[in-house]
Amino acid sequence: MLAPYLLILPGGLWLLLFFVIPMVTMLSLSLQQGDIVSGYVFTGHWQTYVDAVVNYRTQLVRSLIYGAVTTVILIVLAFPVSYWIAFYGGRRKPTYLFLLLLPFFVSFVLRTISWRYILTDEGMLLGPLKSAGLLPDGFNILGTPVAVIGGLVYNFLPFMVLPIYVALERIDPRVVEAARDLYADPATAFRKVILPLALPGVFAGVLMTFVPASSDYVNSAVLGSSSTTMIGQVIQSQYLTSSNYPTASALSFTLMAVLLVGVFAYARALGTEDVMKVAAR
Amino acid sequence: MTTAVDEDPGRPAIELAGVHKDYLSHGETVQAVRRLDLSIAQGEFFSLLGPSGCGKTTTMRMIAGFEEPTGGTVFLDGRDVTRVSPNKRDVNMVFQSYALFPHLNAYQNVAFGLERRKVDKAEIRRRCGEIMEIVSLTGMEKRAPREMSGGQQQRVALARALVNRPRALLLDEPLGALDLKLRQQMQVELKRIQREVGITFVYVTHDQGEALTMSDRIAVMDAGRIDQLGSPREIYERPATRFVAGFIGTSNLLDGTVESITGDVARLSYGEGERVLVPVSGTMKTGDDLEVSVRPEKIDLSQQPPDGDGTSVLTGVVTEVVYHGTSTNYTVKTSAGPDLVVFDQNAFSAEDLAGPGDRVYLSWSPQHSYPIGV
Repeated sequence: MLAPYLLILPGGLWLLLFFVIPMVTMLSLSLQQGDIVSGYVFTGHWQTYVDAVVNYRTQLVRSLIYGAVTTVILIVLAFPVSYWIAFYGGRRKPTYLFLLLLPFFVSFVLRTISWRYILTDEGMLLGPLKSAGLLPDGFNILGTPVAVIGGLVYNFLPFMVLPIYVALERIDPRVVEAARDLYADPATAFRKVILPLALPGVFAGVLMTFVPASSDYVNSAVLGSSSTTMIGQVIQSQYLTSSNYPTASALSFTLMAVLLVGVFAYARALGTEDVMKVAAR
Repeated sequence: MTTAVDEDPGRPAIELAGVHKDYLSHGETVQAVRRLDLSIAQGEFFSLLGPSGCGKTTTMRMIAGFEEPTGGTVFLDGRDVTRVSPNKRDVNMVFQSYALFPHLNAYQNVAFGLERRKVDKAEIRRRCGEIMEIVSLTGMEKRAPREMSGGQQQRVALARALVNRPRALLLDEPLGALDLKLRQQMQVELKRIQREVGITFVYVTHDQGEALTMSDRIAVMDAGRIDQLGSPREIYERPATRFVAGFIGTSNLLDGTVESITGDVARLSYGEGERVLVPVSGTMKTGDDLEVSVRPEKIDLSQQPPDGDGTSVLTGVVTEVVYHGTSTNYTVKTSAGPDLVVFDQNAFSAEDLAGPGDRVYLSWSPQHSYPIGV
């Protein structure tokens, strides 16, 4: 009788220790006042939230835009790749998936730094193009939104490919044949059968990329400039550089709230319950 | 849209001329279908019967347009469709696993084909309602496939194809996933539906019982070729090859040499007082080696020798008796060599005719001996 409860005990404890307690601590921190030297005191000062959002709304909005653009590019890139592996991969499917994941065995930060070398002004990509006269001398990618979003897209690619692949892989090829048999040309069969059945995978992929991409701070720090600062960087510097814990906590909670509202609105708009039911079949 | 105007009753619904299909598998060419010629009439219930890997499914998929023949021509209603894609062929398929659209409900599944053909909305509603009534699915319109039983899904698959009024319906082992009771019920129902809608059915199955019950004609396939094509009765009573004899029902096969011919009966001799009488056919003459098929239910088993000399007689020892309810099956090790199986209807005998170890006489009349390949 007690077995199920005992089984969730380790996970439950883990969540309590590393999720619930830090969250409550952070919430409390965001409503405290003081400084790192004399200490913080809980005062219920919610004005911190207002100030934080007003001061950093540029970075907050920019993060959401970068996250959204990254997600859209990821869908466009990941869908054909997943589609090809799922329907034409044959016996080599696991090999292709492994090749796709291979770069991700190297550390996240290290890979992003290597992109810095590739994209730098006189680097291996732009250098030859400039000396060949194909690009003007002043042309640069590093420090621009293109570099940051490019880095985000690169780093989150597998999180979009894998869920879409799983959804496509589960489609019975006979169902596609049935559509063709019932007078659907290849494009219609794709639109009316493959796409709706792949939607749960796209949905999962969006969740798995939009949320972390919006709150990412590594790509902008390594590949960006002051004009691409994302909210993650602000939170990081408020915590570690300014030691302004209340503002950092308030920003974290604001970001979380915005993302949660966004995700729920998105789920509602897509009618995900139906989609999820299909996925769970 | 299909109209009945240009219908020529004499023209075959489906015709295959020298159709051939090779596959490349592990660097070797496999001949899935070999130079097949076949003509299926309008309104016929036609079965392709054979073991798995005999080429029956490949043949059907070439008719549907999912496989392109390596050689030969496929005609639908007199039109060469060999290179025409499946969505432009006026045939519909019922898949083995039904292949219903999981994201659509029963009604939307049925309406799919008509919607693709841009049929008027009201007309779609009318025809879907009509066909769902024929397959007894009224009231199930809103159900998703996963909320339906195997039998109901089967009906949706059938309705989804039939609603388009195709020139032919192709059914790929459609009852394979159902349990025995439901399968028998669906066999009767399929036959009823076919009569009702009057559409040509091409039925692929490995179940000989199913093929015999439902078909107007059967093509028995083996290794990419048609071994025999005929009515269920012809195929069962007069198997053309050893393969057909063995594949359809239980068959007893006897080898022997023609010893004498009296009138229209050839006599094959075995041991003392043993003989097999075969109706003379073709160019049969004394000294010919024959292979004779005898169906188990045609054989009489008795512990007394039969009267007269107008029947085939073999002797042997019973090795096995299996009670089957409606019949009892005896396996008899004959002195002539092979084991023969005998079915005895339990209509008259309350007790077994013999037990294991008993010496028995097997007899049957000449017309029940069928020489194979003569």
